[in-house]
Amino acid sequence: MILLDRVTKKYPKSEGEALHRITLHVDPKEFVIVIGQSGAGKTTLLRLLTREERPTTGKIIIGGIDYDKLKDSDIPQLRRKIGVVFQDFKLLPNKTVFENIAFALEIVGASNHEIRSTVPKVLNIVNLRGKENNMPRELSGGEQQRVAIARAIVRQPRILVADEPTGNLDPKHAWDIIKILEKINRYGTTVLLTTHNQEIVNKLKRRVVTLQGGKVTSDRARAGYKV
Amino acid sequence: MKRRLITLRRIIHAGIVNFIRNFSLSVAAIAVMVVTLTIVLFSIITNAAFGNTITQITNKIGVSVYLSNSVSQTQTQNLLHELKSLPNVKTVKYQSQAQVLASYEAQNAGNQNLITGAEEINNPLPATILIQPDNLNYIKNIKSFLTQPNVVKLQSDPPSYSGNQEAAINKITRATDILREIGITTVIVFAIISALIIFNTIQMAIFNRRDEIQIMRLLGATTWYIRGPFVVESMAYGIISGVLSVSIIYFLFVVSSNALGASSLGILDISYANNYFDNHFWILLTMQLVLGIVLGAISSTIATRRYLKFKTK
Repeated sequence: MILLDRVTKKYPKSEGEALHRITLHVDPKEFVIVIGQSGAGKTTLLRLLTREERPTTGKIIIGGIDYDKLKDSDIPQLRRKIGVVFQDFKLLPNKTVFENIAFALEIVGASNHEIRSTVPKVLNIVNLRGKENNMPRELSGGEQQRVAIARAIVRQPRILVADEPTGNLDPKHAWDIIKILEKINRYGTTVLLTTHNQEIVNKLKRRVVTLQGGKVTSDRARAGYKV
Repeated sequence: MKRRLITLRRIIHAGIVNFIRNFSLSVAAIAVMVVTLTIVLFSIITNAAFGNTITQITNKIGVSVYLSNSVSQTQTQNLLHELKSLPNVKTVKYQSQAQVLASYEAQNAGNQNLITGAEEINNPLPATILIQPDNLNYIKNIKSFLTQPNVVKLQSDPPSYSGNQEAAINKITRATDILREIGITTVIVFAIISALIIFNTIQMAIFNRRDEIQIMRLLGATTWYIRGPFVVESMAYGIISGVLSVSIIYFLFVVSSNALGASSLGILDISYANNYFDNHFWILLTMQLVLGIVLGAISSTIATRRYLKFKTK
C-alpha cells in the first residue's frame, strides 16, 4: 500500500539530509506510528507522501501510484486519495464547520445532494453533530482538530496521514482524537500517525517506526515509546 | 460531465462572490481598464472619422484637362483610352463643349450676363476631360503624363488641379496619420499598464488568501479550481469596464456634440463619429466586452501561475 525505497531528501539550502535512505513498507489497513524528536524528519516524510516535496533520490509508491511517473497534473488526483490531518488544523477560517467539510467534496465535483447526505455522517463519526454552523474560531482546539479529521475522511480515502494531530491539544482532547483515528482504522483505512506523545504511543500498542536524524533507527510491531 | 458542470458552476459562483468581497481592491483595476478600453474605442471611432474625412477630400481631388478645338474625335478617344489605362486612375470623364457650357450655365444660373456673354462669343469653353485618382499621392503620375509634349499639344490650356490645395490636403492626411499612430501607441501603453495593475490586484488578492490556496492544494483542488475564481473575477472587471467605456464614449460624442451644437471639432468630424457610433453600437459594445474579458482573463491567468506551481525539486 505504502512503499518507500531508500528515500533520501535533502533541502537545497540546508547542509544535512532531512531523510537518509528511508525504507518503509506499510500494509493496507495498518496503523503505523512514526515517532522521533523535533527535526527527526517526521514531517518531511509525510510531506513526501502528499507530494508537497519530492525525494532527492529513492522511490515512493502509494496505492500502486509510482511517484516518479506522476505528472504535476496528476497530483490533485493523488491528494484526493490521501486524507491529511495537520497539527495546526488548516481549517478555512471564513467557512463554517459544515462548509469546511463540504469543501473537500466540492473540489471533487460532488453534487449538493451528496454533500448534504455525507457531511452529517462524518460529523457523527467525529462527535460534532450540532456544531455544523459554528465558525472554527468558536470551537476548542480538540473540536477544530475533529473538524479537520472529518474533512480528511469525508472522501473515504484509503490512507489517512496525520501529522502530530495532538500536538496542540490537552491530554483529554488528544486522546479523543486518537480514539477517532482508531475508529477510522477499524473501518479499513490505513493510518500513518506521527507524534512525540509518549503516553499515546504506549497506550496504543501499534507498530512504531522511530526516526532519528533522518534515519529509521527502529521498526517494531505492537511497541511502546522508545527514542 | 455532470461533475464538471457542477465544478464550473462553483468556480463561477466563487469568482462572483470574490468580486463582490474584494470590490474596494478591484476599483483600481477597473479604473485603469476603463481608461484603456475608452482609449481603444475612442481611437477606433476617430480613426473611422479621419478615414471618412480623407475619402471625402480624395473624392474632391481631380484634374481637368482642357482640349483644344482642333483635336479630332479619334485623338480624343485615344487620349481617353490612354488616361484610363494609367495606374491608380479611378475615373475618367469626358465633357464635350456643349456639356461644359451646360454645366457652366447651371453653375451661374443667377447671372444672366455671364450666360449671355458665353453664348454670344460662340461658346469659348473647351471640351474637358475630368480625371480622378485613387489617392492624392497619385496625382503626380497623372501630372507627368499630361506634361509629355505629345499630350501638351492636344491641350488648349494647362490642366487645372483641384489639387491646387495639394499642400493643405497633404497636411490633413499627415495630421490624421500622426493622430492614428499616437492612438495606437497610447492603446498599447495603456493595455500594458492595465495588465500590470490587474496582475497586481490579483496578486494582492492571492497573497491575502495564500493559506486558503495552500489548503485547497493539499485537499486536491486542481489548478483551474483555484485559478478559476480569480479569472472569473477579472473577467467581471472586463465586463464592467467594457460597459463603462462605451458609456463614456457615448457621453463624449453624442451628448457633448449636442451640447456644443457643433458638427466638427478641429479636423474631427463629430457628426460622422456620432453616426458611426450609432450604426456600429452593438459591434463596438461586443468588441469592448470581449477585449475587457480577454484582457482580464490573460492577466489573471499569468498572475496566478506563480502561486500555483508544484514543487519540481
